[in-house]
Amino acid sequence: MAKRAVPEINAGSMADIAFLLLIFFIVATTMDVDTGITRLLPPIPDKNQEQLDIKVKERNVLVVLINRNDQLMVEGQLLSVDELKKKTIEFFSNPLEDANLPEKELVIVDFPTGQSPRFPNGSAELMISKGVVSLQNDRSTTYGKYLIVQNELVAAVNELRNQFAMENFGRKYDQLDSKKSVDQAIIDGINKVYKMNISEAEPKNIGGTK
Amino acid sequence: MSKFKSAAKKGVPPLSTASLPDIVFMILFFFMVTTTMRQNEVQVAVTVPKATEIKKLEKKSVVSYIFIGRPVTRLQNIYGSEPMIQMNDKLTNEEGVPTESVQDFILAEREQLPESDKNKMTVSLKIDQNIAMGKVTDVKQALRYANALKINYSAKKDYKNLSTR
Repeated sequence: MAKRAVPEINAGSMADIAFLLLIFFIVATTMDVDTGITRLLPPIPDKNQEQLDIKVKERNVLVVLINRNDQLMVEGQLLSVDELKKKTIEFFSNPLEDANLPEKELVIVDFPTGQSPRFPNGSAELMISKGVVSLQNDRSTTYGKYLIVQNELVAAVNELRNQFAMENFGRKYDQLDSKKSVDQAIIDGINKVYKMNISEAEPKNIGGTK
Repeated sequence: MSKFKSAAKKGVPPLSTASLPDIVFMILFFFMVTTTMRQNEVQVAVTVPKATEIKKLEKKSVVSYIFIGRPVTRLQNIYGSEPMIQMNDKLTNEEGVPTESVQDFILAEREQLPESDKNKMTVSLKIDQNIAMGKVTDVKQALRYANALKINYSAKKDYKNLSTR
């Protein structure tokens, strides 16, 4: 019984098939990754709950206003966007304990043990700023300007966090890996030290703006 | 005579295309790995602003998209040129404050997510940089009422400003 030879499969059209698939994938997919500034909106206050007007001292608030001509006013003064970051860092850190800049309070912050020479047993008592940035905009402000301002405020907090992480943990805040539980604990700790205290005013409907 | 003629006839040998499928497959796999499926057809023109403090959106399955911008040119004779809101694939025609439709949209999107991911739901706001904040504020208020608090202002990396810092 002679073995019948299996005829060779013609692979000449393989390239055509592969090209077809390739073109399908090029058309049906996109390459861009989604990036952006992540923020958390405040929840709507409960209606049944009595409205407590939380009094915040004037020195603890940095008022940032953007008007309909996209001009920026910080604490009653016209300011360019480039200076906003510096101003915000100064506001949150208040290194000279200026009486016009926010107060600080002692808060116990937990860090993982043995990660930093400054906090060998984990928890530490730190002076933490009570400052809040209040951001308000007009209905005719352009979104681009609004986002630039948001970006500067976030950049200020991120820089302070980076600084703190560098001084105490020898690494930058952005380089901490949130997938590792130790790093996540450090991140949580630092987030308590420098809070993203950016509050946006409840929108007011003022007639006549547009 | 024959000796020389045969040598002249030889010419260029045919190019072997046997490795062509391999090359194409390589490109194919590259595209399959690096790209993601196109999800929404954008019906409004959006140029997102640039920013430096941006983060990647990690898990795409929990992300819903809201676009705000002027309709693209081919749709302008139907919808006009006023800024409109597009949620995933749907363009809203609603006049005034779009609270209702945004809430319905968020509810429907949240329904699709598995129980474990419901609190991770993120809304990506892709908004044109020249749109007035009024419309954006309306959408943000609607999102607050719908309890979708995790948002992401879509922005591109600003390489120019990054280097000067």
